[in-house]
Amino acid sequence: MERVMMKGNEALAEGAIRAGCRFFFGYPITPQNEIPEYMARRMPEVGGVFLQAESEVSAINMVYGAGGAGGRVLTSSSSPGISLKQEGVSYMAGAQVPCVIVNVARGGPGLGGLTPSQSDYFQATKGGGHGDYRLLVYAPGNAQEMVDLIGLAFDKAEAYRNPVMILSDAIMGQMMEPVVLPPLREVAPDKPWATTGKHGRSTPNVINSLGIVGEDLERINIELQEKYARMAADEVRYEADGVEDADLVVVAYGTSSRVVRSAISRLRQEKMKVGLLRPITLWPFPQQVLAELAAAGKRFLVVEMSTGQMVEDVILSVNDRSKVTFFGKLNGTVPTVKEVYDRIRSLLSEGGEG
Amino acid sequence: MTNEIVCAGFGGQGVMLIGQLLAYGGMLEGKEVTWFPSYGPEMRGGTANCSVVISDQPVGSPIVAEPDGLIAMNGPSLARFKAAVKPGGVIVYNSSLVTETPELPGVKICAVPANELARELGNDKIGNMVVLGAFLGLTKAVAVSSIETALQQVLPARRHHLIPLNSAALQKGFSIAEA
Repeated sequence: MERVMMKGNEALAEGAIRAGCRFFFGYPITPQNEIPEYMARRMPEVGGVFLQAESEVSAINMVYGAGGAGGRVLTSSSSPGISLKQEGVSYMAGAQVPCVIVNVARGGPGLGGLTPSQSDYFQATKGGGHGDYRLLVYAPGNAQEMVDLIGLAFDKAEAYRNPVMILSDAIMGQMMEPVVLPPLREVAPDKPWATTGKHGRSTPNVINSLGIVGEDLERINIELQEKYARMAADEVRYEADGVEDADLVVVAYGTSSRVVRSAISRLRQEKMKVGLLRPITLWPFPQQVLAELAAAGKRFLVVEMSTGQMVEDVILSVNDRSKVTFFGKLNGTVPTVKEVYDRIRSLLSEGGEG
Repeated sequence: MTNEIVCAGFGGQGVMLIGQLLAYGGMLEGKEVTWFPSYGPEMRGGTANCSVVISDQPVGSPIVAEPDGLIAMNGPSLARFKAAVKPGGVIVYNSSLVTETPELPGVKICAVPANELARELGNDKIGNMVVLGAFLGLTKAVAVSSIETALQQVLPARRHHLIPLNSAALQKGFSIAEA
């Protein structure tokens, strides 16, 4: 298979095209601009639509419209822009409209900075918009996963009729790595719910998130919760590297997992027993495997580029069966390999009494 | 075997390109590679640097804090990164723009008058490739032929007439390092 060097953002954009995405609506913001730039050039070549909207709010509502009409539709932004899109995301979750939303996260709160951050974990996994809804959230750990997970994201969005989010960051987006691109897929899934005309039916399809009668809204929510339960049961993905014989399991995703991997490879040369558990889905979270590792007596270190967000899910998963320690970097800074190495070493030298 | 490299200079000196070529060349040799840029909002004149990792193993952190190799195209870049270079590492710097002669115990240092050599080659912009050639001569990080193949793929077709000039610059630098 031929490998080509691509920036993560471009790999994701090409991956989306090859997965049959034919609609992109967005508004510029650093550090995700390579995605719309790439789409502006590439979409016309495949007969798709690229449209730069007048705002993020407008872009997400174009996504709502195109998704409702059955299109494979993508939008991307970075943290402040994703905040602006949350109303539309909630509406699509309520109306069960499939789409993929990419957040190439940067530091916050507010306008924040342009540097990479993982401080949008809560927003991505716990709601972000209003209402009792869930997104399937993927966290790519390299450029190849940018390609692979965007394709998977479209398939899952349509399978569950649910918005799917890719939570990336400035480093994942700007870094170049070799990728193997899949062949172009022509995707025309049957979407009997989409607003594409009555096709002989007596009633039109309606895309709506309104449940004005209380019982209707309850029924809608029960249906959504049943769907989320299926997603939680079937869609968990993670990478476990050397966790079986580890004394300490480091939990990290995306960019911080890369730094952790470097630190761990140094520590293993020194015969330290340390493993990596990298969530690939942030929702559903790999709760079960963490519970099992905790039951087996492992201790945990959570490394994030935030003040501690995913660590709450690790603590919930471990549920007092073992000790969880946190190491974070505040918005916009990336831990060095040495910092993580030192932290792991000192935890391991504390021994198992934890 | 993992080779961690920082390429640094003014924006416009072509440090991002030589970093990409190193990564591309590594990929063509079947290695795992990453390239990660760091620069300000300026297009020209600000400082810019990139981290390149070339390895037999999947690459962890794409940010290089302690390089095995440093390519410094100007004084501020040399001043900023030289102390981070690992013992046993290599520094190649553009002595046309750097007045100090760095001395670091255990680090191999190679001065390349890149601007003058580029002028001799007939194109002021080719200094980055001379310095890259010298770096390859010292480190053998990737083969010159891999960089030449990478150029075919990185440069758009309308720039391919410049490949012989780039090759000449790489060879010039390579021969300096060998000397």
